[in-house]
Amino acid sequence: MIEVGLNHFLVVSTLLFSMGIYAIVTRKNAIMVLMGVELILNSANINFIAFTRFGNFGLQGHLIALFVIVLAAAEAAIALAIVLNIYKTLSTVNIDEVDSLKD
Amino acid sequence: MTENSIINISLAILFLPLLGFVVTLLLGKKVKSIYLFEVFLITVVLIASIFLAFSKLSYFIDDKIVAELEWFRLSDTLVFNLGFLLDNITVLMLFVVALISALVHYFSIAYMKGDERYNRYFAYLGIFTFSMNGIVLTNNILMMYIFWELVGLSSYLLIGFWFEKKLASDAGKKAFLVNRIGDIGMFAGILILFLTYNTFSFDAIFQAIGAGKLPFNSDFWLSVTGILLFMGAIGKSAQFPLHVWLPDAMEGPTPVSALIHAATMVAAGVYLTIRIFGLLTADAMMFIAVIGMLSAFIPATIALTQNDIKKVLAYSTVSQLGYMVMALGVGAYKFAFFYLVTHAFFKACLFLGSGSVIHAMHHEQDIRNMGGLRKKLPLTYATFLIASLAISGIPLTSGFLSKDGILASTFAFGSLTGYWIFAIVGFLVALMTAFYMFRLIIITFHGEPRDHHKFEHAHESPFVMAMPLAVLAMLSIFIFYTPNPFSADQGWFFNKWINSAELHAPNATRFDFMQSEVATETEQTAEHNSSHGEITYSEKYTEAMHSAHYPAMYLSLFVALAGILTAFVFYQWKKVNVDKLANSIKPLYNFSLNKWYFDEFYHKTFVAGLLGLSKIIAWFDAKVVDGIVNGSAEVTRRLAFFTGGFDKYVVDGLVNLMAYISGFIGLIFRRVQTGKVQTYLVLVIFSIIILLFLF
Repeated sequence: MIEVGLNHFLVVSTLLFSMGIYAIVTRKNAIMVLMGVELILNSANINFIAFTRFGNFGLQGHLIALFVIVLAAAEAAIALAIVLNIYKTLSTVNIDEVDSLKD
Repeated sequence: MTENSIINISLAILFLPLLGFVVTLLLGKKVKSIYLFEVFLITVVLIASIFLAFSKLSYFIDDKIVAELEWFRLSDTLVFNLGFLLDNITVLMLFVVALISALVHYFSIAYMKGDERYNRYFAYLGIFTFSMNGIVLTNNILMMYIFWELVGLSSYLLIGFWFEKKLASDAGKKAFLVNRIGDIGMFAGILILFLTYNTFSFDAIFQAIGAGKLPFNSDFWLSVTGILLFMGAIGKSAQFPLHVWLPDAMEGPTPVSALIHAATMVAAGVYLTIRIFGLLTADAMMFIAVIGMLSAFIPATIALTQNDIKKVLAYSTVSQLGYMVMALGVGAYKFAFFYLVTHAFFKACLFLGSGSVIHAMHHEQDIRNMGGLRKKLPLTYATFLIASLAISGIPLTSGFLSKDGILASTFAFGSLTGYWIFAIVGFLVALMTAFYMFRLIIITFHGEPRDHHKFEHAHESPFVMAMPLAVLAMLSIFIFYTPNPFSADQGWFFNKWINSAELHAPNATRFDFMQSEVATETEQTAEHNSSHGEITYSEKYTEAMHSAHYPAMYLSLFVALAGILTAFVFYQWKKVNVDKLANSIKPLYNFSLNKWYFDEFYHKTFVAGLLGLSKIIAWFDAKVVDGIVNGSAEVTRRLAFFTGGFDKYVVDGLVNLMAYISGFIGLIFRRVQTGKVQTYLVLVIFSIIILLFLF
């Protein structure tokens, strides 16, 4: 039986982070991009918890993880509102077509 | 009576007519009777000039009154003055001008009645009187030139007064242009004088000449100066060869012809010659005498055959002016002025008389349509007759005294120098004068009326027209000039009133008989003499004049009577068929009738020549000057085309190239700005990765 150590956690979080980045960069749907962002935030949470468990940091990691969850909730609310508004004005949530920033 | 008051009076005489001109012209359209103001002013001027002449001749008879004020100065040596010079000749001339001007004003009240520009006519008379007084009063040649042109202007205005008539406006232009030719010479003379003496004043110039300063230091140039100045007189006094304007000037109203073209303005030329007499050399005087002789002779022959009453008088005027000029040329200075005055009166009388006839005949001027007017116009006839006797030189008239003097002078001149031609022509002209004047009288006033309709309607003129005639006829009688009807030498007019001429030209340049005898004795008195400058004719001359007196008198009386008699034989008693006679000498008759073809000649030569020259110059202008202008324009245009191309393709090309390059670079780099969030994110991630590897 392999003992689960710090490295395993880090690998998982790295995988999650990479999948998040991949989702952000490649998905066309704005909702998918938001889910990518959630993945990145949660990979960071895994890191926090892992370092707290294997390091000697007391409860600090847990607290920051809780803050991140709250932040992620708020962020998701705001981002979804933005997406809804984009949909209202442009009738699409396809990020490729939303390029008015370049003008 | 002081000199100051004399100068004040002459100022008033000068400027009152100007006031009349301004007021009459400005109010002429609004106030119908404003002409009375001008008439009133001229009356004041007349009274003032009588008073002036009286006081000058009784209190200052030997004085020369000069008043000068600075006009402007260009530098310390170039000072221009205005000034008056009053000697006896001035005041007498002023009186003549004022009297005739006033009489013409009165005459015109009736003559011009009903004219649509009635008031303007009087305004013009006012400015004429002003300018003429200016010529008479001035003490410097520049001011004289200014007023000279002013009388030219007023003459132009009055000749062309009825400018609706083409003939009248043409005559005005002709008078103005022909006068210009003479005035150019006069102007050149004035410039020479100013160049030499730095002053315009007669006195100063004469003094400098007396002191031996000559233009360009040569006698020759002094003669030239005199002749150039005299050219002004040739124009203004209608002397040969510029006499052609005066007969045409008869298109103006008849009183104007009396005032300007018979009595005063045309005499201004003679007056100018009198003023510059001091600087004339023998050569200049010879020139003047020849011009005067030709001007006396040619128009007299023309007057023989003219049928227009005013044309006869006009040619007679030129002829008599020629007499005056010839008199000046032969040195008879006093007689020239004497004749100027007497001629002014009787010629004005003749012209006003012809005006009276024309008025009575309802503007008929051709004497062939007149005849028998003696019964209808008794007073006009009487005055016309007296004036004709005077111009013919019959004793008891003023004309006899003055003309006889001139003829005697030519006689004396002939005996002293050997040039008898002047005397011969003088007597010949006297003969013709008597003939054509009495031809005029007989055809106009005697015999049977030829145009019965007009004759029936003829009527004697009203008082304002008759009165001037009577006054002028009266002044043609000897008693106003001398108590002795056969010789003026001892009379007050000739002996006391007219000063002797002052001669300033160097002795060597004068005629022998005009040398001052005193000057040859001692040097000192010579200097004294030249500063005073009184002419002292030699005893030889006095003797010659004396011995010429009686022969000249008898001869002139004889030719005058012969002329009158011929006229009676031809036209009154009709002993000789005049038409047949004219036919037998047809070429000569036509030559005279057509005025020696002067107008045609001038038209063929000068006018046509000038037009030809103008055409050549116009061609030069159109082809050469315009060609150069157009050529340079073409060259500039071509050049502009090239520079335009350079600008467009090279300069603009460089600029545009830079713009294209920038645009191209921008085009490449704008690809980065896709506006897509994901692209930016990719970039951020790659950048972070690169940064991680770097540090």
